[in-house]
Amino acid sequence: MSEERRDSAMQGSPEPLPHAGVEIDEPKFADKSYSQGQLVRRRFFRHKGALAGLAVLILITLLAFTSIGIGPLPGWWDKDFTTTGSVINGGRPTMGWFYLGEHPFGQDTTGRDYFAMVMRGTQISLVIAFTVGILSTIIGTLIGAIAGYYRGWTESLLMRVTDLFIIIPLLVFAAVLGQIAGGAGIFALAVALAFVTWTGLARLVRGEVLSLREREFVSAAQAIGTGSWRIIMRHILPNTIGVIIVATTFAIASAILLETSLSFLGFGVQPPDISLGSLISDYQTAFTSRPWLFWFPGLFILAIALSVNFIGDGLRDAFDPRQGKDG
Amino acid sequence: MTIIDETPAQPVQGGAVLSFTDLEIKFNTEFGRVHAVKGITLEVNPGEVLALVGESGSGKSVTSTSALGLLPRNATVNGAISVAGKSVDSMSDRSLRKMRGDDVAMVFQEPMTALNPVLTVRTQMIEALELHGKAYGKDAEARAVELLTMVGIPDPERRIKQYPHEFSGGQRQRIVIAMALSCDPTVIIADEPTTALDVTVQAEILDLLRSLKDELNTGILLITHSMGVVADMADRVAVMYKGDLVEQGSAQEVLTRPQHEYTKRLLEAVPKLGSRGETAPVVQEEGPKALEVHDLVVEYHRQGKEPFRAVDGVSLSVKRGEIVGLVGESGSGKSTIARCALGLIPAASGEVAILGEDITQMSRKPLKELRRRIGVVFQDPASSLNPRLPVGDCIAEPMDVHSIGDSKSRREKVAELLDAVELPRSVANRYPHELSGGQRQRVSIARALSLDPEFLVADEPTSALDVSVQASVLKMFTHLQEQYNFGCLFVSHDLAVIDMLADHVVVLKDGKVVEQGARHKVLADPQEEYTKRLLMAAPVPDPAEQRARREQRYAFMKEIGEEDHGLHIEHDDSARGNGPNQPFNSSGLGGLAGGH
Repeated sequence: MSEERRDSAMQGSPEPLPHAGVEIDEPKFADKSYSQGQLVRRRFFRHKGALAGLAVLILITLLAFTSIGIGPLPGWWDKDFTTTGSVINGGRPTMGWFYLGEHPFGQDTTGRDYFAMVMRGTQISLVIAFTVGILSTIIGTLIGAIAGYYRGWTESLLMRVTDLFIIIPLLVFAAVLGQIAGGAGIFALAVALAFVTWTGLARLVRGEVLSLREREFVSAAQAIGTGSWRIIMRHILPNTIGVIIVATTFAIASAILLETSLSFLGFGVQPPDISLGSLISDYQTAFTSRPWLFWFPGLFILAIALSVNFIGDGLRDAFDPRQGKDG
Repeated sequence: MTIIDETPAQPVQGGAVLSFTDLEIKFNTEFGRVHAVKGITLEVNPGEVLALVGESGSGKSVTSTSALGLLPRNATVNGAISVAGKSVDSMSDRSLRKMRGDDVAMVFQEPMTALNPVLTVRTQMIEALELHGKAYGKDAEARAVELLTMVGIPDPERRIKQYPHEFSGGQRQRIVIAMALSCDPTVIIADEPTTALDVTVQAEILDLLRSLKDELNTGILLITHSMGVVADMADRVAVMYKGDLVEQGSAQEVLTRPQHEYTKRLLEAVPKLGSRGETAPVVQEEGPKALEVHDLVVEYHRQGKEPFRAVDGVSLSVKRGEIVGLVGESGSGKSTIARCALGLIPAASGEVAILGEDITQMSRKPLKELRRRIGVVFQDPASSLNPRLPVGDCIAEPMDVHSIGDSKSRREKVAELLDAVELPRSVANRYPHELSGGQRQRVSIARALSLDPEFLVADEPTSALDVSVQASVLKMFTHLQEQYNFGCLFVSHDLAVIDMLADHVVVLKDGKVVEQGARHKVLADPQEEYTKRLLMAAPVPDPAEQRARREQRYAFMKEIGEEDHGLHIEHDDSARGNGPNQPFNSSGLGGLAGGH
């Protein structure tokens, strides 16, 4: 509708928002102004897949944390994940359509309640995933922003370091770090994982910053004497927030899988702690005789990874509506 | 071959090549329905140029895209569209594809992006010919060379093997036109074909398009917002306003005796060269000048090549309270000088003194102090405001950076500035994307003035705006300059704008000053050939006057030995340019694209 001006091709990503010069004559929302955050929220909440993902993730989180409790806080489930007992009915799940029974997910060989164990595993996996996601986002964003803004030798140095991290096989690197940190608890493990997973985001953010720093509002800020740090924090990074949030959600999803793989290989969460990956690893041989020991943690991994991915999809569409088909 | 529709409200002339009847287009968007076109009826006859004029958002581009069946999927179209007698709305995808190119061709605004940068011109031209079954293999190449010759590309046999980036902007637009011609379309839709080009190149492309309709009898639908282009090209004019057709008639009629209120306003807003008489020069009593540039050289470093000299030995000065206009075509280095004067890019040699202080040898702290006294307005209103900050914060940002005042006094200052740029105070809580281009540029100006600058740099502040908006922004700008009395370096490619504002004019070409002096002297009585060319190429919104100017320009071009820019066809050829076409002036003299 509006003519593309000569420099529009050069802009990084002009905001695809309603053109103020165009009149909307049958407005759905009369006389209301939206900030960009509000617009994104509105689009996100109309994305059905993302909403479903969000609902599933919230449900799983609530279930995992309220059922067996966190630390000293007790949950509503009366068993815990360490107490052994007699194996009832071969440890089969007692869960039916409308009732839970004594051991809804069954028991393991030593008679521990498998529901409590899966819940504990979910807790640990979620904590690790979110810590890794957030930490690696912070590292990646800072490195990317500094490299992209300052350019020159700073950029060369930071990006070569990034390349170095990329060329080392991730799983091997994580396994070594995880082995070292694993003994020190799950947070140390999470930090170690964050330390190897920031590379993708650093490159992404650098690319965004490279195009944003050429925009005129950055020149305008420089021309009035704004300091570099303030330009990065106040003018550039807020404009990359879409990319960052989307990358973070996908980083969370992949962190869950990375932690699972590590634990499965025996390098991740160390006993007596449990994660979904270590559950699968411990009971992989039981797949034929007691398949539920494999199915339930597997199902939870699938549900968490899928729902986070759906949320990421929804966020991406919300931040970049031009990709959508119906505007 | 008339409209296939039941609404022959108007008698249709013999053979309209393109017609819209009661065309109505709506878009379903996230924010509700946008009624982009509200029932317009238009037709283009063979050998006729119909100009569709209007501001951005008036629906003119949507109208033209509907003729190609290229509207996005959220559009609903009512009414009838017919191209060369065939109804577009009932066509299948397959016949639509055949129709595009065969019957109707498009020339886009941006020659840089209309050609695929990774394919040679040859591949792209042959593809168009082969797809439509016009010629294959060697024949197709021969035909492509012939077409390039027609549009005046020198040495086409060799150049056809080159990539688009090896051609200048004007030449690329010629190639786009050659491709449009390749299937002998009965109608060409030219959507702002010259907006992205310099004035001198614009004049050449318009010459070429004009000869198309004369020589090939092609109908042209010309979409533009420039009244000068309309006067230069159009036979008939249709004015669109907010999706409605408000006025239609011959170019002479509409441009000289507009009937509708909107057309009148639009024409009044067009800046006219020479409308301002002689003005007294600004005299500065004492103290250092706002800007003093002496023998400035700016170089851009290129990898593995000699550095590119963008500015080469420029000297100029801006007195306090004076507006100096910096004019030149793209690539002349005018924006580079502006950026250098702000200290955004380093000078290779020479002196740049702002308010008496040489910024090329300044350390960070005093430089920040100095920047408090400088304001800046950039060209693109879409990118010069941070989209994440509300307008109030944008304007207050300079005060925040220099820690001036508390939040309350800043808010008061913001309100005061919004009054000064004639925006409602409530705008402070809005985000830039909610404002129109003109409003955003007002916000930029308010931000530039927030620290009461003594020197202001304005880099093409109005060139991305519609004429009527431009007029009001310029008026406000002049008013503010009188009020705040800052010295101003005003960069523009538009001579008429400079004429309205500046006290002193500096004409640049290829990084060098061609001519400088008092405004009325330089613009009314130019001494240099380049300045004359620039002045002659700028079209005026009156068809009769423009025709006279055109003749004058042709005479001048002949005098300086430049070739004709029309279609190069031998006149005894059969009507549609078959057979071996030779350029009637193949000497290749003169810069085809204005020397850029």
